[in-house]
Amino acid sequence: MKRKNNAKLQNKIAMITIYCLVGTVCLILLGILGYILGTGLPHVSWHFLTSESSSFQAHGGVRDQLFNSLYLLVLTLIISVPIALGAAIYLTEYARDNWLTNLLRTMIEVLSSLPSIVVGLFGYSLFVIKFELSFSILAGALTLTFFNLPLLTRNIEEALRTVPATQREAGLALGLSYWKTVYGVVLPSALPGIITGIVLSAGRIFGEAAALIYTAGQSNATVSYTDWNPFSPTSFLNVMRPAETLAVHIWKVNSEGLIPDATLVASATAAILVIVVLIFNVSARALGNFIYKKITSAR
Amino acid sequence: MSEAIIDVKDLKVAYGKNEVLHGVSLAFPAGDLVALVGPSGCGKSTFLRSLNRMNDEVGNVNIQGTIKFKGQDIYADGSDLVALRSAIGMVFQQPVPFPFSIYDNVAYGLRVAGYTEREYLDQRVEESLRQAAIWDEVKDDLKKSALALSGGQQQRVCIARQLAVRPQVILLDEPTSALDPISSSEIEETLLTLKRDYTLIMVTHNLQQASRISDRTAFFLNGNLVEYGRTEEMFLRPRQEVTSEYLNGRFG
Repeated sequence: MKRKNNAKLQNKIAMITIYCLVGTVCLILLGILGYILGTGLPHVSWHFLTSESSSFQAHGGVRDQLFNSLYLLVLTLIISVPIALGAAIYLTEYARDNWLTNLLRTMIEVLSSLPSIVVGLFGYSLFVIKFELSFSILAGALTLTFFNLPLLTRNIEEALRTVPATQREAGLALGLSYWKTVYGVVLPSALPGIITGIVLSAGRIFGEAAALIYTAGQSNATVSYTDWNPFSPTSFLNVMRPAETLAVHIWKVNSEGLIPDATLVASATAAILVIVVLIFNVSARALGNFIYKKITSAR
Repeated sequence: MSEAIIDVKDLKVAYGKNEVLHGVSLAFPAGDLVALVGPSGCGKSTFLRSLNRMNDEVGNVNIQGTIKFKGQDIYADGSDLVALRSAIGMVFQQPVPFPFSIYDNVAYGLRVAGYTEREYLDQRVEESLRQAAIWDEVKDDLKKSALALSGGQQQRVCIARQLAVRPQVILLDEPTSALDPISSSEIEETLLTLKRDYTLIMVTHNLQQASRISDRTAFFLNGNLVEYGRTEEMFLRPRQEVTSEYLNGRFG
């Protein structure tokens, strides 16, 4: 009888400890989130979202920073998704289990834990200086690609691995070529996971500052949102113009801002950033589910 | 014996240094249902998976001997794997529907093979589902996900998917062992009707099943073929003592 009671007690202690730990994590996260939204949201207004930032006076907005963040994100994903997808397909479907593959995996892991400031300085010396791209959206997007690739590759790899091996066998046994099996059976099954992985990594890109300070720059050229010619220097689509993002804006306003309402602007910008990332995460789940339903039932 | 559609001579298969088949020779007459029986680990599944070269997908495998499908050595250099596996289909232990609708599951192999005409696809899908004896159950739900079906229905959709690409031989790797008794008997019914048009080779642990539906039975033990013959004869008058012991449940 004594033993049994002991087991029960141990179980209880373990449960309580686990609940306490989970509670702590939740409290910390909710605290941070609450603080950011609580201090920032009251200052977010339509005016703040739609006007230019100012260098010296109060009441500037973040219109350009918001657009730049989104534009950089889209460009980065356009470059990094195909590469990461290819790498992940190679690693899960084609790579043999040998030292070379293991080395490759280790390198990807190391790369994913590289501090973003290091990636930023690397981007600065390679793209900005060596390739003479100067501070530009393109240099920023290429640097963010470096920053994003390891994590994205891992995410997509995980998604592909959740597809059971029996699915691949079934495809092959049906007389499909290996590529057709991967493309037609494995990829559709893994698609929801892949999309979730992409959108989650998008949240990380969106909030990145250190990698962009020395690549996309900390200043904004005056842009026109009606000029749709991407080669025109004042067009908002021009990829060769310097562009400050939301995250960089927070850092800059806080560290060297001359505007009187710097704290307010930084808080409001942070709130917007967090909300956009939240929207990403929620929509990632919805989009993944939607696409999965679309593929699995009627086409 | 009518002409053999698959003729296996002295097949040896080793994974690394571990030889699991020690030289098996077996000929499969066209249009028969052959059951491969034997205790776990006797090499019958490995044997089955050699017939459509699924063992190739396992690394570090060494295969010796010859397997001729309609006179052609399937392990010859330059042998077309895609064509081979279209002609020799396979049904697995677990039902493995693709995560598509029922219709798309059955039509998939055809679409890949380049058939896109809607009417033709419709016709082949219906024909295949009828042959697999599941048409009446799913005809109103063709657009529904195949994953929503019961295990036995999924397995019959998988059989229909194979039939759609018109193979000549279908390999079945314990097709009912993951299913409940009712679903199993439905699959058995399906196999009995398919026997008219296809050569079926089935690994099974279920001796009653082998005796109920197969024409011939091959008994494997420890990587060797012990006995091969007409099912009634083998179950009534096994030639080897060890076969008799296995069939009477003394080991296995």
